[in-house]
Amino acid sequence: MKLTLKVWRQKNNKTPGEFKTYQADHISPDMSFLEMLDVVNQDLIVKGEEPIAFDHDCREGICGMCSLMINGVAHGPKAAITTCQLHMRSFNDGDTITIEPWRALPFPIIKDLVVDRSSFDRIIQAGGYISVSTGSAPDANTIPVPKPDADKAMDAAACIGCGACVAACPNGSAMLFVAAKAAHLSFLPQGQAERHQRAVNMVMQQDLEGFGNCTNIGECSAVCPKEISMDTIARLNRDLIVASLKGIEPTLQPAEAKAS
Amino acid sequence: MTGVLTLYRTSVGKKVIMALTGFILVGFVVFHMYGNLKMYQGPEVFNAYAAGLRELGYPVFGHEHLLWVARVILLASVVLHIWSATMLTMQSQKNTFANGVSGMKRYGEKKRQTGYAAYTMRFGGIVIFLFIIYHLLHLTFGVVGYGPGEFKHPHGGEFEVYSNVVIGFQNPLISGFYIFTMIFLGFHLYHGVWSMFQTLGLNNAMYTRLLRGLAVLVALAVVIGNISFPIAVMAGIVGPAA
Repeated sequence: MKLTLKVWRQKNNKTPGEFKTYQADHISPDMSFLEMLDVVNQDLIVKGEEPIAFDHDCREGICGMCSLMINGVAHGPKAAITTCQLHMRSFNDGDTITIEPWRALPFPIIKDLVVDRSSFDRIIQAGGYISVSTGSAPDANTIPVPKPDADKAMDAAACIGCGACVAACPNGSAMLFVAAKAAHLSFLPQGQAERHQRAVNMVMQQDLEGFGNCTNIGECSAVCPKEISMDTIARLNRDLIVASLKGIEPTLQPAEAKAS
Repeated sequence: MTGVLTLYRTSVGKKVIMALTGFILVGFVVFHMYGNLKMYQGPEVFNAYAAGLRELGYPVFGHEHLLWVARVILLASVVLHIWSATMLTMQSQKNTFANGVSGMKRYGEKKRQTGYAAYTMRFGGIVIFLFIIYHLLHLTFGVVGYGPGEFKHPHGGEFEVYSNVVIGFQNPLISGFYIFTMIFLGFHLYHGVWSMFQTLGLNNAMYTRLLRGLAVLVALAVVIGNISFPIAVMAGIVGPAA
């Protein structure tokens, strides 16, 4: 396959970036999208040019490291897969492919297509956990969980935190991520104790990081490689409303929260 | 319960304010459309409806009491709805303009994956707001869109709203503007009604189809009803009182 790539090149967060055009002439349809970029980078290295920086790790669709806005769609044209699981057979010979990084204020560009997603980590630190006493592991099945609840919790827990939801959202909102990370705990008995405090803290941290606001458009869920449902967002909203009625205040320290 | 008063602080809380005020406004537009259907029953019924709004809840409530309560609630809803939308939009735009391709453009290429209605909310909202101002100046105060003496203000408890509507909608430009706005109102309601339940956390996989259906129903009812009035006047179905 012969392809024309329009790739976003940016030296760092301080320097403005631009699109650069590259020719990829020896691409097999069986390559994954990232392998295609590897081939292009080999050529660039041979030519003595700076290779294109992009994020990747497991390359089997479960780590959440790869990103890329491909022809205007997060993780490319195929539904429910990450960029590493996208194969070049999904494109036609002679296509021009536009490749961009995730763009959002809380995702500063580190280089080229690599963005810093540690704002997600700070949202998890704000409440995406349960507090348990240390000691030996409890026996299995001591706390019964109804199967439908366990299934819903697993559906939400499938979130790999890749950030496609933020990238696709016209508002740059992280609600699908935050909601998934709250929902996989709020469906389980272990998650109940801190349920409302969690909602308040995570939403507050999300706001502090500078994410936008959900307008219930659904772009997030449409591009989510794990098909997280917008139901989780309704559930987080409900938890936050109940927390407000209970008068639960955020427990984050302002200094901690401003770590960004 | 005082925790409710802290809702305005968070992004989700502002959306809750938007949903609750939206609920009130949806109730109003449905009621408004339903009430105006009385123009098909002739001038007596329609004028009596206008007079009857002043006596809403009589004899428990006094003359125009409930009407003023409704007006205050509606005005407050419009203000809060616009305030929350503005605050949320400003926060979102700050985010999406960052790292953009240019000052105004976020991506070099971006493809829409979902429906059109949700994307018209902001523009449609502005159109509807301008329409509300014009609508009040037009059919309520009679200061625009009428020749001298054409608009009949209420006098001594007598209302002439029927003739006001008929004369007002005989201008095709004004009728065209009303019809144009109703299309945006339809999109606004289609996304807004479903969105309201989503924001209030009352949506889930089981209900979402039902709520989408409800949104279609509300949007269609309001749009078809409201558009029928100017068309009926221009087509002569609703004509000047004999």
